[in-house]
Amino acid sequence: MQWEAVIGLEIHAQLATKSKIFSGASTAYGAAPNTQACAVDLGLPGVLPVLNEEVVRMAARFGLATHSTVAPRSVFARKNYFYPDLPKGYQISQYELPIVHTGYLDIELDDGETKRIGITRAHLEEDAGKSLHEGFHGVTGIDLNRAGTPLLEIVSEPDLRSAKEAVAYMKKLHSLVRYLEICDGNMQEGSFRCDANVSIRRKGEHRFGTRAEIKNINSFRFVERAINFEIERQIEVLESGGAVVQETRLYDANKDETRSMRTKEEANDYRYFPDPDLLPVEIDEAFIEAVRSSLPELPDAKKARFMQQYGLSAYDAGVLTASREMADYYEAVVEASKVDGKLAANWVMGELSAALNKDGIEVEASPIDAAALAGLLVRINDNTISGKIAKTVFEAMWAGEGDADAVIEAKGLKQITDTGAIEQMIREVIEANPEQVEQYRSGKDKLFGFFVGQVMKASKGKANPGEVNKLLKQLLDE
Amino acid sequence: MHTKTLAELARGLRDRSFSSEELTRHYLERIKRFDGELNGFITLCEDTALAQAREADIQLSSGRPGPLTGIPFAHKDIFCTDGVRTSCGSRMLDNFIAPYDATVTARFKQAGAVMLGKTNMDEFAMGSSNETSWYGPVRNPWDRDTVPGGSSGGSAAVVAARLAPAATGTDTGGSIRQPAALCGITGLKPTYGRVSRYGMIAFASSLDQAGPMAASAEDAALLLQAMAGFDPRDSTCVDRPVDDYSAGLNNELKGLRIGLPKEYFGAGLDAGTAKAVEAAIEELKKLGAEPVEISLPNAGLAVPTYYVVAPAECSSNLSRFDGVRFGYRCENPRDLEDLYKRSRGEGFGPEVKRRIMIGTYALSAGYYDAYYLKAQQARHLIADDFKAAFEKVDVIAGPTAPNVAFRLGEKVDDPVTMYLSDVFTIAVNLAGLPGMSIPAGFVEELPVGLQLIGNYFDEARLLNVAHRYQQVTDWHTRIPKGFE
Amino acid sequence: MALKPAEVEKIAHLARLAIDPADVEGYARNLSDILAFVEQLEAVDAGDVTPMAHPLEATQRLRPDAVTETDQRTHFQACAPAVEAGLYLVPRVIE
Repeated sequence: MQWEAVIGLEIHAQLATKSKIFSGASTAYGAAPNTQACAVDLGLPGVLPVLNEEVVRMAARFGLATHSTVAPRSVFARKNYFYPDLPKGYQISQYELPIVHTGYLDIELDDGETKRIGITRAHLEEDAGKSLHEGFHGVTGIDLNRAGTPLLEIVSEPDLRSAKEAVAYMKKLHSLVRYLEICDGNMQEGSFRCDANVSIRRKGEHRFGTRAEIKNINSFRFVERAINFEIERQIEVLESGGAVVQETRLYDANKDETRSMRTKEEANDYRYFPDPDLLPVEIDEAFIEAVRSSLPELPDAKKARFMQQYGLSAYDAGVLTASREMADYYEAVVEASKVDGKLAANWVMGELSAALNKDGIEVEASPIDAAALAGLLVRINDNTISGKIAKTVFEAMWAGEGDADAVIEAKGLKQITDTGAIEQMIREVIEANPEQVEQYRSGKDKLFGFFVGQVMKASKGKANPGEVNKLLKQLLDE
Repeated sequence: MHTKTLAELARGLRDRSFSSEELTRHYLERIKRFDGELNGFITLCEDTALAQAREADIQLSSGRPGPLTGIPFAHKDIFCTDGVRTSCGSRMLDNFIAPYDATVTARFKQAGAVMLGKTNMDEFAMGSSNETSWYGPVRNPWDRDTVPGGSSGGSAAVVAARLAPAATGTDTGGSIRQPAALCGITGLKPTYGRVSRYGMIAFASSLDQAGPMAASAEDAALLLQAMAGFDPRDSTCVDRPVDDYSAGLNNELKGLRIGLPKEYFGAGLDAGTAKAVEAAIEELKKLGAEPVEISLPNAGLAVPTYYVVAPAECSSNLSRFDGVRFGYRCENPRDLEDLYKRSRGEGFGPEVKRRIMIGTYALSAGYYDAYYLKAQQARHLIADDFKAAFEKVDVIAGPTAPNVAFRLGEKVDDPVTMYLSDVFTIAVNLAGLPGMSIPAGFVEELPVGLQLIGNYFDEARLLNVAHRYQQVTDWHTRIPKGFE
Repeated sequence: MALKPAEVEKIAHLARLAIDPADVEGYARNLSDILAFVEQLEAVDAGDVTPMAHPLEATQRLRPDAVTETDQRTHFQACAPAVEAGLYLVPRVIE
């Protein structure tokens, strides 16, 4: 039996405002419990919400960047349910009239194809507080610092067909919200969270199967794993003659499985209705135009430009533009070094990215800044050092031993370009290996590499490889 | 002193005929003497009142007093008062010392007014007789076996009995006007959005509005001046200049077109009340006003519409009372659900529970369209009726309540009959218009109220009409027997 | 619409209200009366009349994104029923 997965994602992106969506309390992460929960966030009797202007602007930025409609009129509604981290007994959200709707995002598939994923809507809402279970004897502690933090809930169409596509979409969205500077994207701190709706159906079938909603998956890796597990689980259920139940499931990263959330709770009846404390949000053309003119270059446009301007492949351009910081870094390196774009790309995507990954840091925090890397590339370009030696220099720079020139100087890594010296080394190598010289001269061309290796070894890697090649050829063919 | 108007009191304070402390003590003594019987106050603030009075006396002698500096007033217990219990008439908030001031409270403080105490009210402002209060019913000073009306029953009773020269009230479906009518005082519900709702414990957010309750229109104008104005903390509060409410009080009424909705004079209106209201309209005619018969064809929909909209909003507004961050918490909850259910079940009285349940039902899946959405549509029809009427008239006049004060306990077991006490006032809240009740005679020694309804933000004109009427009548100066 | 006691219990649960079993009948009667009364609205031909959620035809005002509030935890928690280490306490929540 051939099955097809149908997946839609709901992403909650915390908007990077200074103050909360409906109050003047700070949104800073990590404060002592309840010190950033003001009267409005606590839902004290009599308090009222007033909407943060920046939240509306950020939603509009997102809408424009995803080719969506930014609604001229949107309405806040109350979603009613009782939970201790929800102080008012309702969450202020948007229901029938969201601020953004009907757009799309193009993602790149593994085969290089582009797939368009529909964005159904993106609406504004307030985040809830946090329940803390540890350290208390049989009770739960409630911290409402997070309550009222602005969220943009981005709902995709069920256009995704595999866990890989889902991750590609999520990564693209993650990159986009950071480009737009509307969300810091910090998944550890919960700034970017994902719920996945997963169902399966027989290939060729048009109707959707019954879906399960997997809640609160907080990393790209877990999204992929959770969805794959869920697809397998549903296939098993259906193939053994069972039926998928519409329910909310939780992904347990430790066991790598999804499990049903205990739902003795009745089917939710949220009793949505327009929040009478808030008025309809109206956005006019002038506002939209102002937002549009302030948009940065977006990932897709930047990628196209990188391909064109720097002669990069689609793949390289895609990797370099995945984050705005990386793209900015790359451009700064090219700008400062004036080296070939491809050389710069190789270094940024190669040595630099590997080192960043290894140390688990972001490019903004790289110990080698763009100017320093440019300095290194300049020395490769002017033949002061070889590409191979450059890696040694890079390591020393990473370890904080100074800039490229200082490292080259201190370690005496300057390339030997003096043809006399190189010739001397080649002659010594030829003398020491008469047998190989014989074989080479009788046609065993492959041995050329052996001689290059020997010369480089003799020069401790410092001989200019181009010169070595040229002179070696001459002398061997004598 | 307690027979003086606010303006007279302010003059007395300014020319040092008496101090604010003397004035405050005078009212505190009256409260102690009479309120045991009336039960108009939930919390008396003797110490803070005297401290505020002394503070005001300094202001008065320094020569820069405002119109309310040193004037005592009673504050409905629905407004948050920092450091003072704010109960909303409910067991739920019996232990709630508010940690902040409502905007209205802050404005009174800034004006230098002296808060005598917090007045009794129907629980969470849900009631028309003040019998749903956790603190027991308020008695009508005109006849202690009758109700003062509600929900601002305490404020109305203490002003009527001259235990305070003025008070605040809130009006969601008639809660200022109906008790003002039943207690023979002047009460004004401003246009929705004219007075900040911040810190005023919400019953139904799209209907609630705070306003003044006083002996006369002139006094109400002074109070409203202090209360009205833009507040950035309330999204529904309107940013628009506030009129000078005292300036036009004496304007001529000549040529004023007064609309008389035929629906307000039909079945259901007590004959004695009708007679008094008609006589009041005759007086207005003598002052030059021209009556115009009008129709509000959807008037009959107002009460049923209200009893969907208000409970729907209240069911959500009152969810925050959950025993977690403030207010009543039940003893030894077994688990979270038990905490919620018993804290709310024990903390709220029966009428509040009824309304929460009606609202919950009206918003629930499968019923939303039939109830809530339909009511919102009906609300539009009702508002449109007024819009059409105000094309033809300047103000609308009619009875405030269908009857004079009824007996305590008379309607308490029959919610629907009780709800009909507000049959003439509710539509005004649904439309968001300003409305006023002024004393207009008596039926068997119980006061009758004349309701005046104005166009949006036309409070000044209502006060003008009321004041002119009060210049030629003396109903508003009458004081119930035993309280002189 | 007459509500049965079971429906009253369901609504009370949704609204998290404990109702004394002895009172359920009474609530069923009162609530049914109220519902019967508001059902007059059914007869209204509202056609495509726009639902009116607010009395004024105004739009939402926006406030600047600025932190204006300071920490008042001690003050705000003075009226809380149960607090420890700055947290509000509730019976254990099972997830």
